[in-house]
Amino acid sequence: MTRARLLALVPLLAAFPLLAAEIGQVKTATGSVVIERAGATTAAKPGVRIETSDVVRTGPDGSVGITMSDNALLSLGPNSVLALDSFAFDTTTYQGKFDATLTKGSLAVVSGKIAKQSPDAMKVRTPASVLGVRGTEFAVKVD
Amino acid sequence: MTRIATATFALLLGACSSTTVVLLPEPDGRKTALTVTDSRGDVVLDQPYAAVRRNALRTEPYASSADAVKRDFGPALAAQPPREKRFTLHFPEGRDEVADESRAELDAALREIAARPVADVLVVGHTDLVGSGPLNDALAKQRADAVRAELVRRGVAADAVQASGRGSREPAVSTAPGVAEPRNRRVEIVVR
Repeated sequence: MTRARLLALVPLLAAFPLLAAEIGQVKTATGSVVIERAGATTAAKPGVRIETSDVVRTGPDGSVGITMSDNALLSLGPNSVLALDSFAFDTTTYQGKFDATLTKGSLAVVSGKIAKQSPDAMKVRTPASVLGVRGTEFAVKVD
Repeated sequence: MTRIATATFALLLGACSSTTVVLLPEPDGRKTALTVTDSRGDVVLDQPYAAVRRNALRTEPYASSADAVKRDFGPALAAQPPREKRFTLHFPEGRDEVADESRAELDAALREIAARPVADVLVVGHTDLVGSGPLNDALAKQRADAVRAELVRRGVAADAVQASGRGSREPAVSTAPGVAEPRNRRVEIVVR
């Protein structure tokens, strides 16, 4: 990335006050579900907060449902790994950006305000594809 | 170095794994679309149950079905969090006290919050199109803060409620600038 492009990002980043800290919350969890954060692993129980760069991992008997702060709903079936790579959401303008990666397993998505406000601001990646989301419900599976 | 290793790993994974994507019907029947992009180009899914399966050898669009979705995504869909519920409170012109006729709606929101095991609550303030943008941003936030304070006073955990203002960006009813419209002076309580 050139310096000009890097500099162009500065005001954009400053516009997203919720960049750090909590970006979502675990609402449902069954079986084995963990959150990996900065090398540590914690159990994902209902009520636990999600942060940027968290990786959510379900076991063979696990499933989990997460509500993001832009109202997006993400839920994982068993044997799944979802990385919440980046998330920014301005609660006044509804501008934002949401990138997640499903490396294996199954994921159901109801997109939220970020995708509604700016088409393609929400992206879900898999090892083989990139999904550009435009206010929608969908399911994706990686085997 | 790490980046190169990660990219190589992703390529290897991409080569031996397959991705299946299914567009689901919207509860309200609204039209939507999803673009699935891979190294061979874009596939646009824009019908309910339109689907695409992709691996290293081929990209294969197909029609999925309710039964196939249940089989492939049953546990993920069963884990989906409850949908949000919205409650709308109205306000007198230029003021941040909830209108009397909206008190019952506030009580209903409190009941919904209590009924959810792990509720988090968004309180979003709005104004009508009277006044300047910055003034309306401040008033909208003030209305949201007032409602948030009442929810907390009546027992909702302070860290479970966030207040924000949208100013006059999202009128419930479109009007010309400067029109005092009671339906636009409101706070929405989003329980999720």
